[in-house]
Amino acid sequence: MTTVQSITPPFWLLAELTYACPLHCAFCSNPVDFAQLSNELSTQQWVGVFEQARALGSVQLGFSGGEPLMRKDLDELVGEGHRLGYYTNLITSGIGLNEQRIKTLKDQGLDHIQLSFQDSTREINDFLSSTKTFDLKRRVADLIKANEFPMVLNCVIHRLNIDHIGTIIDMAVEIGAEFLELANTQYYGWAYLNRTALIPTREQLRHADDVVRQRREQHGDRIKIIFVIPDYFEGRPKRCMNGWASTFLSISPDGTALPCQAAKMLPGFDFPNVRDTSIQDIWYRNPAMNRYRGDSWMPEPCRSCPEKSVDLGGCRCQAFLLTGDSSATDPACNKSPDHHRVVSVVKAASEVQSKPLIFRSPENSRLQTIARS
Amino acid sequence: MSDRAPMIGYPNIQKMYRLQWEDVQQSYVLLFPEGMVKLNQSAGEILKRCTGKLSVIEIIADLESTFAVSNLADDVEGFLAYATQSGWLHWPEQ
Repeated sequence: MTTVQSITPPFWLLAELTYACPLHCAFCSNPVDFAQLSNELSTQQWVGVFEQARALGSVQLGFSGGEPLMRKDLDELVGEGHRLGYYTNLITSGIGLNEQRIKTLKDQGLDHIQLSFQDSTREINDFLSSTKTFDLKRRVADLIKANEFPMVLNCVIHRLNIDHIGTIIDMAVEIGAEFLELANTQYYGWAYLNRTALIPTREQLRHADDVVRQRREQHGDRIKIIFVIPDYFEGRPKRCMNGWASTFLSISPDGTALPCQAAKMLPGFDFPNVRDTSIQDIWYRNPAMNRYRGDSWMPEPCRSCPEKSVDLGGCRCQAFLLTGDSSATDPACNKSPDHHRVVSVVKAASEVQSKPLIFRSPENSRLQTIARS
Repeated sequence: MSDRAPMIGYPNIQKMYRLQWEDVQQSYVLLFPEGMVKLNQSAGEILKRCTGKLSVIEIIADLESTFAVSNLADDVEGFLAYATQSGWLHWPEQ
């Protein structure tokens, strides 16, 4: 059993303020049924969450979504977070960020902006040639620098843009970003629906890895580039969220508390809600949070594996999506009896030429929700 | 005693980082975009004095008098070098 004493505080608190978003990214990790959820927490409820989590030891506060700038009270929430002593992070597409808004956020004590390079049009094939997006992002990046925020650029990588990875890096350097996170698509939510169209081939990944290495040498200390080969291709599972409910607490727009944003889809879980349960009870006592803490839940081959304390059994959501059982060994691991499922997905990627994408929109959300029920 | 030349300058914490005391962890931490470094007591006490107002010599003297010990120069300078390499410190031009 995991005892209360051995549970570390939720150092990272992610506030998913809203599922509203002006974009329709096919690789979004929001739940496919987001259109069903309209019951957003109020300003006061959010502030209550921030106060409780801070008292437990949370230090990083992320404002995310959807597009957090869609919440009119974002400035006020940032101010409250700052006043409580959090390091405040805004995770945004930049759409809705103008000169006045960014100044207000700075005045409220916002510490950092992570600007994501998603595509704002449905023409995802024009990912980089879409001048409309490029100009907008460039303007926002200039605003971020002019207001002296540290800037992390985040670009979700998939088969349709991975071959441009060198250009993406050069652009990030030109814009003056301190960090560039080249985040391989994680196949949950909408990205899982579109997995066959989004997963790169092994050759593409190998090439991208070479380009990243070359650019790291070329640009040196000017930028820190984060690029990790995805677990589908490595044969080793990743240490997901630094362990289930070990560091990270995510609150959905409706107040559902989760050990990661994707966990909402897991069946058989009754995740608590901040409207009726304290953060302390949620983090330390809730059965859903305790479900995969420690290693006593592990099946074989994890249970007797020397690497179990390194990867902690991998990702529970991926295990569920690929095997139907969230307690199974992550099939990304080549010791998993289900590893052939991952192998065949990777193999299929090299054979499939193209597949239509299902874009994240309220209409598609309703359609997909009906199709699954 | 070290045969190195002493460190010169008035270090302060890089803009991207924030040093703060955390009650729950009973330690100083350095916060930065989406990350945290938990500092041990000595590291916290040294960085706390990196305000841009004290020279390295003054930082060492202050630590030695606060904790009533001597010969801290090597340890402090060693840590300052590490902190600089980690990107935590800014050394304004004199």
